[in-house]
This record gives sequence, C-alpha cells and structure tokens, in this order.
Amino acid sequence: MAYQIVASTCTACGACEFECPNGAIRMKGDIFIVDSGKCTECDGAHDSPQCAAVCPVDGTCIPL
Amino acid sequence: MSSAIIPLNALGRQKSAQTGGCSAQGCGSGGGQAADGLAPDIWQRVKDHPCYSDEAHHYFARMHVAVAPACNIQCNYCNRKFDCANESRPGVTSERLSPEQAARKVVAVASRVPQLSVLGVAGPGDALYDARRTFETFDRVAEVLPDLTFCLSTNGLALPDWVDEIAARRIGHVTVTVNMVDPEVGARIYPWIFHGHRRWTGLDAARILHERQMEGLERLAAKGVLVKVNSVMIPGVNDDHLVEVNRWIRERGAFLHNVVPLISDPGHGTRFGLDGQRGPNPAELKGLQDRLDGGVRLMRHCRQCRADAVGLLGEDVSQDVTLDKLPETPVYDPAPRAAYRAVVEREREDRHRAAAAATAGLARSGLPARLVAVCTKGGGRINQHFGHAREFQVYEVDGRGVRMIGHRRADNYCLGGDGDDDRLDDIIAALAGIDTVFAAKIGHCPKRDLAKAGIAVIDSYAHDYVETALADWFQAALPAAFTA
Repeated sequence: MAYQIVASTCTACGACEFECPNGAIRMKGDIFIVDSGKCTECDGAHDSPQCAAVCPVDGTCIPL
Repeated sequence: MSSAIIPLNALGRQKSAQTGGCSAQGCGSGGGQAADGLAPDIWQRVKDHPCYSDEAHHYFARMHVAVAPACNIQCNYCNRKFDCANESRPGVTSERLSPEQAARKVVAVASRVPQLSVLGVAGPGDALYDARRTFETFDRVAEVLPDLTFCLSTNGLALPDWVDEIAARRIGHVTVTVNMVDPEVGARIYPWIFHGHRRWTGLDAARILHERQMEGLERLAAKGVLVKVNSVMIPGVNDDHLVEVNRWIRERGAFLHNVVPLISDPGHGTRFGLDGQRGPNPAELKGLQDRLDGGVRLMRHCRQCRADAVGLLGEDVSQDVTLDKLPETPVYDPAPRAAYRAVVEREREDRHRAAAAATAGLARSGLPARLVAVCTKGGGRINQHFGHAREFQVYEVDGRGVRMIGHRRADNYCLGGDGDDDRLDDIIAALAGIDTVFAAKIGHCPKRDLAKAGIAVIDSYAHDYVETALADWFQAALPAAFTA
C-alpha cells in the first residue's frame, strides 16, 4: 500500500510534497521520491491520495 | 552586464526640453498634483512600479524570483513543464529557487541593476499555494532591501486565507488572474482545481475558484492593497465575457485591469495549444481594450513575462543573472540604485513638463487618431536603432493626447548575415495597422523596403521624448488654420 512518482513525467513542482499528510515525499537530487514505509495512500486521512489529486501530470503519482 | 540595461548616461544625453507649465495630464513628482489622473498618494505607490504605471515602465525594472513551483489549479493555457531560455511567457522559468537562494539573487541583482524597484513572486506555479516559501522570501529580502516594492501574483484560489499576512508584510501590489465570473465559461478554461484536500472539476471547480477570487479581491482592496486583475483573452471562450469581468472587478475595488492575449503555440504543449485554440490578433485585443476603456484603469503595456524575469519590461536579462553567475555571498551596494533614482527624478519631471506642453495643443485637432510604433530602449525616448528593436511600443495620437496602447514583438532584425529579409517580412506583418515607425536611426535598405510596404520610418526625432516627438509630428499634419 504505497504510491510512487514516475520520474520521467514528474515536473518536480513539489505540490505532492506539500500535500502529503505523512511527510512521505521528499526531494532526492532532482527528483521527488515517496518513502513507501511512510505512505498510507492517505487511507483514513483523505478521500483520495493527495499526491495524485494535486499532481499536474496525469499518471505520474501512481500505486506502486 | 547586458546591453539590455540602459546606462545612466543614456537618459541625460538629450537636451532638456525647454517648456513651460504643467497641465493636468501626466504631471509628475513635484507639487503634489495629480499625476497620470491619479491621486497623489496613489501616484507615489505606482510611480516606480513598471507594471502598475506605463510611465514607470520606461524607467524601472522588476525581478521575479521563481520560488513558487507548485500550483493548486490546472489552466488550459498553462504548461509549466516546457522550459526554454529563449522563451518569454508566464509559467516559464529556467531555475527554481529556495527562499534563501532567491534572497541571495535579489541582493546581487539590486547591486548590478540600478533600475530595480520591484520584487515579485509570480510562480512558476501559484505564489500563495505554498505561501510559506513566498513570505519567507520577502522576509529575507526585507532585511537587506527594505525599500524594494513587494508584489505577487496568484490565481486567487488560496487568496482569502492569506489576506492578513499579505497586508502585514506591506505587500502593496497583488495581481489576481480572473478569466471569468461565470462558471460555465470557467469550466472551459480550468479542467480542475485542488481545494479542501480534494480535486474538483467542471462547474464545481469554476464556481469555487470564482467565489474565492471575488472574496480575495474584495478583502485585499478593503485593506488598501492595489489589486491588478489579469485576464487572458481567449477568442470564442471569454473575449466578450471579459466586459462582464471588468464590471465585476470594478465593483470589488480592483485598481487595474490587464487583458493579455492567449499564447497558444502548440509547441508549448498547453491544452489550448494542442486543441488549436487561437489567440487574439493585435486588432482584436485593442478592440476589446477600447470597449473596456472607462471602467477599471487598463494596463496596456504588459509583456507577459517569465516567472524569473529580470529587468525593464521587454528587456529581459534573466539569463545573465542565474545563480551560477552570482557571487556566493553578495554584498548589497546601494549606490547605483540611489544614483539612478536621482537621475530619474530629474528626467521624469522634465519629461512630464515637455509632454504636457507638447500635447496641450493637440486638443484643437479634429484629425482622426493615428497608431504609430516607437523604437525605444527606455527613458521614454526614441533612442533605439530600428535594427536593434526587439519590440515596438505602439502609441495612439489624437486630439486627447499621446498614449501608449500596446507593443508588438519583433525579434531583432539586425542580426547580420542571412535571413534579414525574411525577418523584415515578419516585422512588416507584426506592424499590421501601423503606417509610421519612429526610430533613432534606420539603414537605407530596410527603410526602402518598409516604404514599399507602405510603412514610413522617421528618424529625425532621434533621442527626443516620445510624447514631444509624436505631438510635433501630429501637429505638422494639421491644416494651417489649426496651427496658427
């Protein structure tokens, strides 16, 4: 149960990092990555995974 | 640095205009009189802001720091992924900065660009979405450069949450992009918004955005913040509707309305670009602006600049001041800015007097309005060689006076070598509807080719003020009975 970020389509805008309720997203080098140990897919916190809901490029924040 | 920055001595090189009194229109800094039709206190707040006063944009420069990469809405005219150093349009930037890096850049630029008067945050995402970054940037800069004017632009969705913070930081200028006041129209412009921890689409998205924009605008205006509203003109989608937008924002206290043409090159990868939605041509843009005239004050000199733009409007030097070209620990030197301001104060007062005197006589003219193009590198003077012009400023002259009403882009003609003829064709196309160009100088061949296309180029007013030159030229066309 975790999300991942597709680096090839990510624009590195950081909106996902800003929205993540678990602090599971951070920048590593030039790309953003999800800590799968911390990601809960926003279960219990929000109706849908926040990273995918705010991401400007469809198909970039997707289930692992 | 770049030749795009005008040297101090470029302003003073022309003889001072020997003129008399000061009429109501455009009188400047002295005496507390209304300037540019504005109350004195408002004039003080806009006279050094190149985006809020077209008079100021001849003298002063702004810089944007790209500290706000993330956005909370998706617009069909925006694609922030596409990044090109040669591109100039909103949402585009070459480097993203942390607030600390941004402050370092501002200090370095302020020491090197004496025209700098405004620091803005304009994306490339939304300045108020992750507002902490924007406010931290301003706080850091305020410690070193308390006299800079602070400015930000936003889509307005998060604006109601931050009105008090904005006012408390003396951010006196805020731009809100409002493209619609009808959710039916909005649904064609915004595919979705992210608000209250969820994505909204369609009419719901547009309705929420509209309500938040209007609430934010009204509350900011009530706090005394000068709110500029930008509207993207999208033919067939919201062009007629912007008349309604103008009325709504006037009722809610907007200070300035800036209608910008949609940029929809398919190569940029925007939804509108890919769908073949066209932007307006200059005549359509001017037609709409003229319909709006008499409502909220209009900004007509916008260059739709980059999220990391630096310099005078239309003279971007952002590529010269990227982080890698700046010192690690810049020390602010206030001398160049102070010297420049002193020159501008003298210069603009002289120019206001000259312009008022020169245009006073126009009122007797019954001649129809003329549209002309001017080559200038700043200072409100005709001081650029035709071949060096990257853009033309467009002025309208009639019995009411001389007014800047827009600009036309035309990348340099004078690059040397092959291709000049093609470029001249592009310039002729860009000058559609304009039959006279004023330049400091022009070569024989382009002058001849332009004449063949029905465009006269006049270089006998080299280094004169735009207003005095155009008024004199317009007067000369009057029948003798009017000029006696």
